[in-house]
Amino acid sequence: MRLTQRDLQLAEDAAAEAYALAIQRWPTEGVPARPGAWLTTVARNRILDRHRRERTARDKAPAVAQLAELSAQERSERDDPESAPAYPDERLALIFTCCHPALGTEAQVALTLRTLGGLSTVEIARAFLVPDATMAQRLVRAKKKIQRAGIPYAVPTPEQLPERLRGVLRVVYLIFNEGYRATSGDALLRRELCGEAIRLAAVTRRLLPDTPEVVGLWALLRLHHARRDTRVDAAGDLVLLEDQDRTRWHHGEIAEAAAALEAAMRLRAPGPYQLQAAIAALHATARAPEDTDWPQIVGLYTLLMRLEPSPIVRLNRAAAIAMARGPHFGLDAGLRELDAIEADGSLTRYHLLHAARADLLRRKGVLDGAAKAYARALELVSNAAERRYLERRLRALEN
Amino acid sequence: MQFLLLIYENESIIANRDEQSQAQVIQAYAEYTKNIKDSGNYVGGDALEPVATATSVRIRGGERTITDGPFAETAEQLGGYYMVEAANLDEAIELAAGIPAAKTGCIEVRPVMVWN
Repeated sequence: MRLTQRDLQLAEDAAAEAYALAIQRWPTEGVPARPGAWLTTVARNRILDRHRRERTARDKAPAVAQLAELSAQERSERDDPESAPAYPDERLALIFTCCHPALGTEAQVALTLRTLGGLSTVEIARAFLVPDATMAQRLVRAKKKIQRAGIPYAVPTPEQLPERLRGVLRVVYLIFNEGYRATSGDALLRRELCGEAIRLAAVTRRLLPDTPEVVGLWALLRLHHARRDTRVDAAGDLVLLEDQDRTRWHHGEIAEAAAALEAAMRLRAPGPYQLQAAIAALHATARAPEDTDWPQIVGLYTLLMRLEPSPIVRLNRAAAIAMARGPHFGLDAGLRELDAIEADGSLTRYHLLHAARADLLRRKGVLDGAAKAYARALELVSNAAERRYLERRLRALEN
Repeated sequence: MQFLLLIYENESIIANRDEQSQAQVIQAYAEYTKNIKDSGNYVGGDALEPVATATSVRIRGGERTITDGPFAETAEQLGGYYMVEAANLDEAIELAAGIPAAKTGCIEVRPVMVWN
């Protein structure tokens, strides 16, 4: 890569100039509070000056060099993620560069974790269960594309911002889900992925304050993560929401997220993340499973259906309907919804459709029907933890 | 940076346009071309004859073969291009989105390689 050579030289020159300036100034003006940051700023400004002088219409964006520089700086700030960012505009630009739609989704995720999350290539590879070399290559290709395709290092224009922001939020959401999913792999690393996603959401929230969907995503992730100690039992098996020990939830985090979400929703620009967060908040703030405000959850799912019609949302809504209308009418209403979804055809091979039916039938006391539905779910499930859960349920029925 | 905006469209759709809608399309391209000339983005651009007129040339082992037809049979065919000057990919994407065929076909955006 020819440009890297050139930029490296530029970076070395700039660093030398920054040190020279420090030697000149610090003895008389005093050492700044953050000497490292001071040096980075000076060096960075030198590079920018040079680029500005050299920039011609044909000049390529210096994004790659700045990516490297900023990622180094990000790592040094990592210990104190809630502190004010040193270069808010640049960090924001960096997020949009990493999540540019001209990059593939996998590349966006990897690049974001590498440059903004400060994870090593090996850690990212392990998190996504791919060989180190594959992940390294993915990152190299992504950086090359940024450089060669002219992906800008800039915050999008106001017209482009909503669309591009959706892409950023999606990447953060994907990172969280990767950590949240109860697949095999390194449990600690998975938890760290969740933490990184929340940190990225927090950074985005600070850089784009009062953006309802950004707050919505942040709150959603915080609310899910607040239950991290109770989602899986000592044997590594999934624990259902209603069976989780609510005293072990992180109630401080829940309260903080719920309050931020409420403020965001008052801005009256609802979106899928806010709605999902609102649902998560109703679950997280219920003192006991039977205190859950199911009617409101049904209402929120109905709104979500309107914004993002998907069979999965409809499935969740069906389960909520069953709970909202009480054991008698509710279960039948829920089952009718499930029938409608199944008739629709798109989810017939989705194990959770059958697991949901099994659950409702079990609660209704139709045990043979429940067993049949669990068996069908077991045929389709791929996740080991979910499989063990379904097997447990089926065994319990047979006893 | 310079970008080549490759215009891909299903030729059968073009062939089946009636006279009036064909005139509208030509008008839309004329307006688009004028706009990007006025904005200084325009470097060049042309429409191409249909792929039925294409000829492919290959030399293998010193042997030259000439075949009828395009490089590859695809559902949508290369029908024209614009060469534009843009600050970065985002500007190039905006320019691509303005090409009338973006609504019916697909515009591939390719940066021109810089030798330095």
